[in-house]
Amino acid sequence: MTDPHPTAARHPGHRWRTVDIVVTAVLGVAVGVVFWAWGLAWNIVQPAFLAFPPGQGLMYGVWLLPGVLGGLVVRKRGAAVFTSLVASAVSAWLGTSWGVTVILYGLLQGLAPELVFAAGRYLRWGRGTALLAGAAAGLVAAVLDIVMYYPTWPVAWMAVYAAVLAVSAAAIAGMGGWLLVRALGRAGALTPFLSARG
Amino acid sequence: MDERAHDRPAVDGRVDDRPVHAPGRTVRAPDRPERARGRPPGGSRRAGHGAGRVPEGCGVTATARGGARIELSGWGWRHSGRAEWALRGVDLVVEPGERVLLLGASGAGKSTLLHALAGLTGPDAALTGDEEGRLRVDGEPAAARRGRTGLVGQDPETQLVMARAGDDVAFGLENLAVPPGEIWPRVDAALAEVGFGYGRLRSTAALSGGEKQRLVIAGTLALRPRLLLLDEPTANLDPPGAALVRELVAELARSTEATLVLVEHRVADVVGLVDRVVVLEPGGGVLADGSPGAVFSAHGAGLAARGVWVPGREPAAPPSPPRAPGGPLVAASGCWKRGAPDPGALAGPPADVLRGADAVLAEGTATALTGPNGAGKSTLLTLLAGLDRPTRGEVAARGRLAEAAGKAGRRPLARWPARLLAAHVGTVFQHAEDQFVTSTVRDELRFGPLRAGLGAAETERRVDELLQRLRLTGVAGVHPFTLSGGEKRRLSVATALSSGERSPDVLVLDEPTFGQDTRTWAELVELLAGLRAQGRAVAMATHDELLLAHFADVEIRMDGGRVVRTAERTPTATEPPR
Amino acid sequence: MSTAAPSRPAGAGPAPEGPRRPWLSRANPAAKLIAAFVAAIGLIVAIDPVTSGVVLAVALALVPFARLGRRVLLRLGVPLLLMSLSIGLVNAVVGEDGPVAALGVAVRLLAIAVPGVLAAATTDPTEMADALVQRLRVPERPAMGALAALRLLPLLAGQWRTLSLARRARGLDAGANPVRAGALFAGKTFALLVRAVRTGTLLATAMDARAFGTGPRSHARVSVWRASDTALVAGSVAVVAAGHALSIALGTWQVLFG
Repeated sequence: MTDPHPTAARHPGHRWRTVDIVVTAVLGVAVGVVFWAWGLAWNIVQPAFLAFPPGQGLMYGVWLLPGVLGGLVVRKRGAAVFTSLVASAVSAWLGTSWGVTVILYGLLQGLAPELVFAAGRYLRWGRGTALLAGAAAGLVAAVLDIVMYYPTWPVAWMAVYAAVLAVSAAAIAGMGGWLLVRALGRAGALTPFLSARG
Repeated sequence: MDERAHDRPAVDGRVDDRPVHAPGRTVRAPDRPERARGRPPGGSRRAGHGAGRVPEGCGVTATARGGARIELSGWGWRHSGRAEWALRGVDLVVEPGERVLLLGASGAGKSTLLHALAGLTGPDAALTGDEEGRLRVDGEPAAARRGRTGLVGQDPETQLVMARAGDDVAFGLENLAVPPGEIWPRVDAALAEVGFGYGRLRSTAALSGGEKQRLVIAGTLALRPRLLLLDEPTANLDPPGAALVRELVAELARSTEATLVLVEHRVADVVGLVDRVVVLEPGGGVLADGSPGAVFSAHGAGLAARGVWVPGREPAAPPSPPRAPGGPLVAASGCWKRGAPDPGALAGPPADVLRGADAVLAEGTATALTGPNGAGKSTLLTLLAGLDRPTRGEVAARGRLAEAAGKAGRRPLARWPARLLAAHVGTVFQHAEDQFVTSTVRDELRFGPLRAGLGAAETERRVDELLQRLRLTGVAGVHPFTLSGGEKRRLSVATALSSGERSPDVLVLDEPTFGQDTRTWAELVELLAGLRAQGRAVAMATHDELLLAHFADVEIRMDGGRVVRTAERTPTATEPPR
Repeated sequence: MSTAAPSRPAGAGPAPEGPRRPWLSRANPAAKLIAAFVAAIGLIVAIDPVTSGVVLAVALALVPFARLGRRVLLRLGVPLLLMSLSIGLVNAVVGEDGPVAALGVAVRLLAIAVPGVLAAATTDPTEMADALVQRLRVPERPAMGALAALRLLPLLAGQWRTLSLARRARGLDAGANPVRAGALFAGKTFALLVRAVRTGTLLATAMDARAFGTGPRSHARVSVWRASDTALVAGSVAVVAAGHALSIALGTWQVLFG
């Protein structure tokens, strides 16, 4: 029963209130629902991309949304990882084809934006940070995919795949996430959080 | 005094750890009726009974008995990001064991005050803002007393934490680090106290709204609060569920030793349970304070004028305009609808929500769908509005509506192009926010007319007219999601009216008056009556008895996915729909 | 409009004290999670069909012990097979290591996924949270917060459907236009997130009102770790090791990127 954030006392801005924990988790669940809806679309378009698999990466960014979103909304240490983990746990529990492997994905895909936010010392929450966070998540996802699914590809293909995913993730998860959070703020939905103040 | 200290075996769970019994039965400790009798009729202040003087054990796991004393002086609260104070200069003392009803117009800060009393405001809580003055519960800051103050909110969906009934009641006890051996007896006692008969393993998702709310109350009572705060506990329930909870609240008001502070929209339901009524002034302090009779005779008219549902001062029926003769506009016949599957491979197959329902919406007629939650009202409404396809059966436009739509009008309503549908059939959703698609009130109203091909000038003219008519001119530039509940409701109706070249032939509303104050209520009913007078068909799913009485021409009573009765409500109604 | 009650309550899962719960459901969720991760991580390095084939065979042999029912098996199994087929195909067409390696990748994918799917499908979320907190010492507040949030899944899924209906009511549909479909999707995502934040705030308030986070918690339920759980973890390690050993012995072992 250790406190999840032992540094809380020293950094009041980093202390997690119940509302931080629960809203982060509920965001993860909501993104899980979005995944479920997105998955239906994904399965439909997948065959179309069979000829050039990296093309799939264009739609990939949605899977990388939770980390960026959680970080930008709650603005606390660990929020990106936690949101991403919950979203992946929801997917696993819903019974996706990936089982618990998806949790590994969730962890690492959350860790990437987390590192970007950490590099900004949890003080930078602008568009640039969001784009970087998205791109980082995309790169991690590409590496995982290559290891898990496409280990026999030529290196050039791997590089293209990673580039496509990074761009897609920067655009959809990074930029999209940033726009979503800004819209949430304007809609008055973020009043419990620092992010409400822009 | 000593009897008092030892008379709660069922709640302590030490003497009585019986498991829970038959559903729906309130199991009471044998001494309960005696104590209820011991309380003088008509309500009394309990301070003199010494309940508040029973020494409080140290530590939160100690048995907390009696009621807490509340003291506010010069207290105020401003939500973060707001310029104006929600409450200011509140001076109020509530003695241990009192039963207080908090009243005020919507936005008067009733709910905020309850959250502050529960210690749920401040930098460590979800509700952040600036505080001034002094607020003490039993002499301590409220935040220091979490777990000894119980708060029950409106919606049980967002209060249940765990998937199984017993686990949920145990949740608070775990938080207070009650030893595991004590938890289950206290859980069983709390379940028995609220008459929850399904047992600990019952899935919370399988409960009705009223049962869920009883479970929420059990989870609160298990903590043995000295202060019990009830924030509109029946607001989100259908009439049977509300009755179930009201019965329990009445029982609690009679029997609990805790101080009770209640906020309730439906004043008439609870006014007999309280000793004292406190009226809050929006942005101010206490406007009135006294016995229910005294407060209502002195301030009843003023409260009613501000939209509070004061017993005996409900809004009058709308002027009943002459009705156009009613031919059918939409007809649903033999409609079946399977529920949407839950996400996930483990989800069971969905059940049928509608099982062969028929309904006709006629010109100049207000049709009400009634029945308990889960009866299929909302589902039938979405079919009548052309938003979704029935699994079996047919929903089609008739008469003027079918002609107006041209060739597409011969298709089933669910296969009309969305734009055409929106121009002729307006829908108002239960949660107004669901239907907002832009970021200002004005854009929200421009959206439909512009898409219907109206010119900019004509659009602005109509938008201004709707803004004016629904008292939204002052918030035209505001984000729709930041409006008050009443404003959101009025905007959602306005968007449904704005979509076509003229107002839609059919207007479909899901619980339109839910949670509204009397002003918005009366405005809505007048507006709907006006549409009816123009020959439009109005259909609504509702639990609101007053709306039924004042406005419905035809009632379609539903249960279990079927129409069990279709009846005219008034002898002057138009021809029967079938 | 509100949608009908969910057919399967979120977080309900298998009954905790049913008399005839299948063996896999009774196993400690922490043990299942560890075993699934052992299979996943242990197989990453080898892309030959033999190593993964051994693990997959054992995992498939465990399926009857989950007693999932045909409907669930189909809904879990068919997408899994399709995905593995398409991934195998992609590696066969594009890959440089030949058809055997492509088959290896496909089988490895199944061997990694099946234990994980089995673990997820036989685990009740409440028991999982208890196991994480009591057995794996996962920080308690986030674990309980996530568990509480999971209860909102059917609510939010219903909300998504309602939002779809509401767009149509406002005259919005995408038709066959992918750009409009994307915009519609983004709009619904936004509306869903608003509801998620609001609902989450209310839930957090309700949890605070019941003294969540005021200090150390006690545990009403005990997450029991039995000898069979140790055996499950040890068994998973042994099976993965056996797979590698057999493949090396047969000379079929092929390392990732090797």
